[in-house]
Amino acid sequence: MEIKLWINGKLINDDVSPDTPLLEYLRSKGCYSVKRGCETSNCGLCTVWLEDKPTLSCTVPLMRANNKHITTLEGLKSDAEELGGFLADEGADQCGFCNPGFLMNVLAMAKELEDPTEDEINEYLTGNLCRCTGYTGQLRAVKKYLEHKRKGG
Amino acid sequence: MLRFKNHIFPGSLEEAYELNQKRSNKIVGGNGWLRLGSKQCVSIIDLSNLGLDGIEEKDDEFIIGAMTTLRELELNKGFNEYTGGAAKEAVRHIVGVQFRNCVTLGGSIYGRFGFSDVLTLFLALDSYVEMYKGGVIPISEFAKMKYDNDILVNIRVKKADIKTVYTSFRNQSTDFPVLTCAISLGSNIKTAIGARPARADVVEGEIPKDMEKYAIETAKSFTYGSNIRGSAEYREQIAYVLIKRSLSKLI
Repeated sequence: MEIKLWINGKLINDDVSPDTPLLEYLRSKGCYSVKRGCETSNCGLCTVWLEDKPTLSCTVPLMRANNKHITTLEGLKSDAEELGGFLADEGADQCGFCNPGFLMNVLAMAKELEDPTEDEINEYLTGNLCRCTGYTGQLRAVKKYLEHKRKGG
Repeated sequence: MLRFKNHIFPGSLEEAYELNQKRSNKIVGGNGWLRLGSKQCVSIIDLSNLGLDGIEEKDDEFIIGAMTTLRELELNKGFNEYTGGAAKEAVRHIVGVQFRNCVTLGGSIYGRFGFSDVLTLFLALDSYVEMYKGGVIPISEFAKMKYDNDILVNIRVKKADIKTVYTSFRNQSTDFPVLTCAISLGSNIKTAIGARPARADVVEGEIPKDMEKYAIETAKSFTYGSNIRGSAEYREQIAYVLIKRSLSKLI
């Protein structure tokens, strides 16, 4: 089937197999930040933005992205580097495999919620699983990142 | 893994209905559940282009399109005001924001899953499903029906002077619930219990004077099953607690 979509602002016209998950297609286009994790729509590793909404790319059939805009971490390089710095400063990384999906969802939250409370942060990010840490490092990093953005950083 | 050869976006409900009469075709909602099976379909039928997304509030009812995502339900101000936040409470534990941006109300309700938070909530409200050929059916009746090849178009919730509370119990955050409970209190009381683990069910009656007795008797009136998350006996105890806890918030 023919598809037209924008990946990180770049228009792509392609002929695709319709039962390809969006996740597989994005990786085939070089977006290796999009990770395959649980395969059961639970872990959040494959999070991308579909029309600016955080979405599980393992769950979205590719043709649902027809005529839509997809953003992956490759398209948010400077934001990712900035937020990644806060995670590094707080020692929030161990293996780092969950990081791309986590960053995508934190950046989506920063756009969607104005001055979220700790409970709201935890609730928004509950769909991002990390099997190395206890989430406290990430939470510290996210709070410091949001504070930094509030101050105009 | 779900395999299919064609992804069809019908231009009308009639076209979608005709396609859905073939056993080899399947309607796809949010694809959260369908993809986990090992089905081989010729075509999946996608209702995304039929304008079935969104929540319309009228003077006497809400009309919620089948393709409305659970995240839209969670964030909809009017519906959450009407339900006293029960709508948000019913979906906010379901995996995560990204998942709820994918999955649809129609998929949840049509599926009548034995773990469904969503079906439990709507059973406690004065809800109706609008099927393309089958017309408007009370959701309590729909919840008991066998699967067929009709298409769920909308969920309608009639407004009434009620208060609603939704509670659920999970062994672990974002997991399937061990038990779900929704109660609405108006001129009478409706108590829905789900994740029994079987299709949610509802009982309706007069507002009781003895809340403790009501919680015990209502919990006993449902049937429960056992699975990895809990035994039938355990679920009955949880049902009693959730009913009692909900009543304490309502009265």
